[in-house]
Amino acid sequence: MSATGIGASVRRKEDHRFITGAGRYTDDINRPNQAYAYFLRSPHAHATIKTIDTSKASRMPGVLAILTGDDLAADKVGGLICGWMIHSKDGSPMKAGAHPALAQGKVRYVGDHVAVIVADTLAQARDAAEAVAVDYGVLPAVVDTATASKSKTVIHDAAPDNTVFNWHLGNKAETEAAFKAAKHVVKLDIVNNRLAPNPMEPRAAVGFYDKGEDHYTLYTTSQNPHVARLVLSAFIGIAPENKLRVIAPDVGGGFGSKIFIYAEETVCVWASKKVGRPVKWNSDRTEAFLSDAHGRDHVTHAELAIDANGKMLGLRAHTIANLGAYLSTFASSVPTYLYAPLLSGQYNIPAVYAEVDAVYTTTAPVDAYRGAGRPEATFVVERLVEVAARQIGMDPAKFRQMNFVTKFPHQTPVIMMYDAGNYNASMKKALEIADYKGFGKRRRESERRGKLRGIGFSAYIEACGIAPSAAVGSLGAGVGLWESAEVRVNPIGTVEILTGSHSHGQGHETTFAQLVCERLGVSMDAVTIVHGDTDKVQMGMGTYGSRSGAVGMSAISKALDKVIAKGKKVAAYVLEASEKDIDFKDGKFSVKGTDKTLDFGACALQAYIAHKFNGQDLEPGLKEGAFYDPTNFTFPAGVHIAEVEVDPDTGVTEILNWTAVDDFGVVINPMIVEGQVHGGIAQGVGQALLEGVVYDKEGQLVTASYMDYCMPRADNLPSFKVGMTVTACPSNPLGIKGCGEAGAIAAPPAVINAITDAVGHEDVAMPATPKVVWRAAQKALKKMAAE
Amino acid sequence: MAAVSMTVNGHSVTADIDPRTLLVQFIRDNQRLTGTHVGCDTSQCGACVVHVDGKAVKSCTMLALQCDGANVTTIEGLATGGVLHPMQEAFREHHGLQCGFCTPGMIMSAVDIVNRKGNNLDEHTIREELEGNICRCTGYHNIVKAVEAGAKAMAGSGMKHAAE
Repeated sequence: MSATGIGASVRRKEDHRFITGAGRYTDDINRPNQAYAYFLRSPHAHATIKTIDTSKASRMPGVLAILTGDDLAADKVGGLICGWMIHSKDGSPMKAGAHPALAQGKVRYVGDHVAVIVADTLAQARDAAEAVAVDYGVLPAVVDTATASKSKTVIHDAAPDNTVFNWHLGNKAETEAAFKAAKHVVKLDIVNNRLAPNPMEPRAAVGFYDKGEDHYTLYTTSQNPHVARLVLSAFIGIAPENKLRVIAPDVGGGFGSKIFIYAEETVCVWASKKVGRPVKWNSDRTEAFLSDAHGRDHVTHAELAIDANGKMLGLRAHTIANLGAYLSTFASSVPTYLYAPLLSGQYNIPAVYAEVDAVYTTTAPVDAYRGAGRPEATFVVERLVEVAARQIGMDPAKFRQMNFVTKFPHQTPVIMMYDAGNYNASMKKALEIADYKGFGKRRRESERRGKLRGIGFSAYIEACGIAPSAAVGSLGAGVGLWESAEVRVNPIGTVEILTGSHSHGQGHETTFAQLVCERLGVSMDAVTIVHGDTDKVQMGMGTYGSRSGAVGMSAISKALDKVIAKGKKVAAYVLEASEKDIDFKDGKFSVKGTDKTLDFGACALQAYIAHKFNGQDLEPGLKEGAFYDPTNFTFPAGVHIAEVEVDPDTGVTEILNWTAVDDFGVVINPMIVEGQVHGGIAQGVGQALLEGVVYDKEGQLVTASYMDYCMPRADNLPSFKVGMTVTACPSNPLGIKGCGEAGAIAAPPAVINAITDAVGHEDVAMPATPKVVWRAAQKALKKMAAE
Repeated sequence: MAAVSMTVNGHSVTADIDPRTLLVQFIRDNQRLTGTHVGCDTSQCGACVVHVDGKAVKSCTMLALQCDGANVTTIEGLATGGVLHPMQEAFREHHGLQCGFCTPGMIMSAVDIVNRKGNNLDEHTIREELEGNICRCTGYHNIVKAVEAGAKAMAGSGMKHAAE
């Protein structure tokens, strides 16, 4: 392994600008003569809009325009879309209500967009917003996930029972038979709490229109600028693709919430032509809580069937998924194909059946958030498994191990073909690192101090490297999920990599460059990664679903193969040898059996000056592109073990030890991968202990700032013990599985399994706040006293 | 409008501003120093931390006018003569950042912690002291390591207050 190649913990190339304050985020972009947008938002969860009177506001100082849904309609600007079609059990297509970027006649959640005020300054726009008089006809709110379909209040006429679809997966009859044959059946009612993604950089947009060129540019906080351009062009109709440039510069975290094409960005770019000036919008944190797509929000009843020997026979789940007031860009895929196919976990379960009812409510749209469907599935599986082990009196590690899939490839009953893994290896390593054997002693030590100690497991699996285009197409996706790359070798041998992946914290500028160093033998300084600009990179699908390594880097690898192949042709001319006799290694072309060599840089120069070959026989230049479409999902998997201590007097849970052993396949940069694991665990612990979006009965968002929504802070978390095992992914050329979401998927059940272990197996809901845990602990203590 | 004068990263600056201008707005919009970030509206996240007269403040919580005559240091003023501050170097070395958005505030807070608590910081102290800075990416693991190492390195470099 070289110091900068695959497997080296190279320090990040991008860091210098971030640690010196020279990063360039969307809110750092300012255009000459720019105006500011402020969105007037609905104060009601559900209301008709009778009239919008802008007469007073539009005469206020600095106001350039006040635009409403009528103006969008007059300009034939289309609504926001959901790009994944789900069909119900009966074959009918999902019932999608219209999703205008500015409300047309009705608002459906607090924060819904009523009008935009564009003014010389933000303060002027805000002041004018207060003077816009909106006459609302207030309607009842529908907030509760479990009962939304029974409400008499209809949110969208298209979905009379507030139900978007009733979907299912798996074989119902076989699963029912498995339950009939079972010795033990474990049943759980689970609420997967609603979360606000909260990347630290709020969303922002700067749109401007070039009259001379009849061309729009949009700077925006996007994880996938090309998808944004595609949707803004093909569906919303802002402008054809060749007249619209979308740039996502440095982006301060995404976690899924910046995949989607939102109202504000759409309106800014459209409004820039209306007012003839650049229009800037920057979300404040409360707007982010109100209008960024939320995550999770499932209500599930799940059951696990087990035979007399402890073998799992079947699993079934009925889930109600809250999709909020409108279908966000990929909302329908999250509780369906990103969820139910993971319900087999790491286990041999012969029969699995899942039913999912997706409902509208008068709350913010819900879509993918780190893990997207897979954390919800893992929580169902790993809570069932832990409770089952307790119920049948088996050690939770052993119960898992005796049910692990051990032969690959393994076809689950729910679509997925697991291609490679060694789940026992991860479990074994995790047990060692966590000193599982010593837990009893530690528990007794806690008891002596009046504390309750618990240990909890989570053996998760995820489907990443999203995804084979044909496969997702057959499941309802409106797009293919390949990735593109272009390798531009400059005449002196420096290299620019153009990628359709987008980095917003993942460190692509470093890891992608490591691949290039490894393959071309050039230095890290000689490589630049170009991403996030539709004028520079022709097309791409962006970054989410832990796909940039497995899919994005595979595209780069493919393009590098082509560059090396072309380089060999050039070298053959220069070295006056046959092409088949040319080798390429460590940055040098050489002729087999001779000492004749040509450096990669020198080869590049020869390719461009083109003196040594006939331009008709071999094209000058050294630049190659590739599209890579994966052949399967990838299946990262691992075991996390949480060890907690509960104070029964206060209900406070402290995480004492965290062990994570993950199999991500081949790892390019262990430092960066471990960082991804740490961050994922923190978000998962946040879900389990601290975070929860709360709407009151009227649909008002109670948790709309960091005063009310509890983000994980440094003193809520321990340092983590991270280990790895490796089985290479067979379905891509680099063997990468992906690591971005693992922690957030693995952590929540590990925490809850540990707390319930501490409090005598009493059930504990997420977030397990001190109040929740105190109640469970008191119940447990009373039971123990009675025994 | 009101006149304000202060020293920002060693340069004297004077401006005529709307009296309600926050220090962070003055830094970002007036001085165009965009390394200082705004991550919330409630003085919770710490992305906007700068030093005013050598002490860490959340610049979204002060009016620019309150800093009349003050000496303000932002992340852009932390490195001296092109040499990174030891705390900046420690964040890079220990992978204490991912998306980079919280990083300037995190580094400015970390330097302040060292100024107040000394160069030998244990994990518990660092975690407690970072309570006012939120990071969504790193899980804090590597930030804690970076602050500990940066604190030690600051002793070695004889560096105390930022850019003073």
